[in-house]
Amino acid sequence: MANVKPSKPWKKRTFRLIPRTPQAAKDQLAGLIIFAGFILVLLPIFSILATTFVKGFKGLRPHIFVQTMAATSYSDPLSKGGLLHAIVGTLYLILIATVISLPLSILTALYLTEIKGRAAGFIQFLVQAMSGVPSVVAGVFIYAALLLTTHLRGSTFIGALPLAILMIPTVTRTAQEVLNLVPNELREAGLALGATQWRTVLTIVVPAAKSGLITAVILGIARIAGETAPLLFTLGTTDKVNWNPFTGGQNALPYYVWSGLRDGTEGGIQRAWSAILVLLILVLALFTTARIFGERKAK
Amino acid sequence: MMKTAVTPREITTAPRKSDVLFRGVLTSMSMSSLLILTLIGGFLSYRGFQTFKDQGLHFITQWDWSAAQDASQKDSFGLGAMIIGTLVIAIVALILGVPISVLSALYLTFYAPERAKKFLNALVDLMASFPSILYGLWGFIVLMPMAEKWASFINQYFGWIPVFKVPSPAFTRSPFIAGLVLAIMIVPIVTSVSREIFGQTPLDRIQAAYALGATRWAMIRAVVLPFGSSGVVGGAMLGLGRALGETVAVYSVLNIVFKPNWQVLYGFGGNVASMIVQKWGEASLSESKALLAAGFVLFVLTLVVNLAANAIVRKTVKTGR
Repeated sequence: MANVKPSKPWKKRTFRLIPRTPQAAKDQLAGLIIFAGFILVLLPIFSILATTFVKGFKGLRPHIFVQTMAATSYSDPLSKGGLLHAIVGTLYLILIATVISLPLSILTALYLTEIKGRAAGFIQFLVQAMSGVPSVVAGVFIYAALLLTTHLRGSTFIGALPLAILMIPTVTRTAQEVLNLVPNELREAGLALGATQWRTVLTIVVPAAKSGLITAVILGIARIAGETAPLLFTLGTTDKVNWNPFTGGQNALPYYVWSGLRDGTEGGIQRAWSAILVLLILVLALFTTARIFGERKAK
Repeated sequence: MMKTAVTPREITTAPRKSDVLFRGVLTSMSMSSLLILTLIGGFLSYRGFQTFKDQGLHFITQWDWSAAQDASQKDSFGLGAMIIGTLVIAIVALILGVPISVLSALYLTFYAPERAKKFLNALVDLMASFPSILYGLWGFIVLMPMAEKWASFINQYFGWIPVFKVPSPAFTRSPFIAGLVLAIMIVPIVTSVSREIFGQTPLDRIQAAYALGATRWAMIRAVVLPFGSSGVVGGAMLGLGRALGETVAVYSVLNIVFKPNWQVLYGFGGNVASMIVQKWGEASLSESKALLAAGFVLFVLTLVVNLAANAIVRKTVKTGR
């Protein structure tokens, strides 16, 4: 960040309705346009947050956290039915996707920062390529690989696979940044004490970067928690709570929102708003936690 | 003389066995990204191979999409209109989104009050973590009714420009509206990349400009923009990569029709990713394979765009230091 600390000429400038010189006039106009551009970015953020909270709050009653849609259709009054099954599904998906992607991404990041082997440049290139894979492609890939010609049917586990693919590059890149911040002196100290490289990495480097690595994982979870497109191909579906991650369809919060939106009726849209509010609160909580952990790392 | 049986310890730089194992594990794990990418490309092209073979070049150039109803008919799958539609929407998104992102990156780097900076940065980053289905729902319920009015306004006053012409006043679910939603979605990416590049502008050059009596805007024009321009291009291309692959948000606000449409305000368009989702539910086996082939095309398209973008961004960041 180029914090222009010394001498801030603009701080001393008093506002003039009629600028003194054409240069000053241009400067004021440019400042105005830049500010207007930023306001244009803020408008949708506030509109999205406000709409979601206002519309979602209407259907946010305690019973939606304990009921499912098993005996309810979208046209029923809002006092019936809930999204317990979707919440369970989303938590399952997050858990499984994290378990799959965590070792792969952290170890890839360690390879890129600690070993820096011959293939490092190539791996970096691949991770970047992976971060550009559209979510829908990850979904159809898992469908083509596992579901198209086999007897397997969509389930929580299969639904978590494309999410893991999307999570790996996010976690890897953030973890890599964090590991790069660990001072080299620590590594050298470990080696000088006679530790092997793996002991140095596991007992010195990784603990030193712990909070940053947690941030990386949380950012990865925030990235996938709201993914919808891959689930359409891989999740199957259900209106009941399904505790078994390997058989039977599953539901998830974004999937629930999608169904409500596709349903298109007033009840469907209202339920979609409530579900997206729950999802947004989850994402906001993850985001804030990641920020707090990130702050601690910076100190 | 007594002979001592002491042989000097052999000093070697070769890693110990445990370290060899450690490196082996890490190296093989890091190859997982290669494996996954190969599998994606491999499976999609393998499953879509039948379509590529049957349709040949037509798959890219034609826009008729109809699955055979019985054995006497032939499948006809053309992705042309969808590819054109994807590009049209992405271009609309870039034209609307990039300038605003650059302005807000300039604001966040050089204008924002020091105390509010952190909060405002977090706010823009937060925008990137909104689920795409949220953009879809908001775009459908809140933005679309407004955007229709804007579209009709643009058409009324700028209708003489060919792209703003419409054959009839149907402004709902147009590429313009889909592009608008995408523009909002790519703003946080383009802003954060631009902000990073602008923040690396050498301080001595900034101060030199001020010392020569430049106003803040003159400094930005003379120092920051030339320094950061290629980074902005890279950020815009990262945004393009996201815009090309976006699915549910576009699906919510676009009327997908298998016919090319250049008139951005008119109420239909095409999009590869959304089309896959739309056709998926009732697709037969051969149509499913065609959709997988479409997925392969999308995969290759986004891969190329993203790698180019990353190359540009990385080059800029390096030369900046």
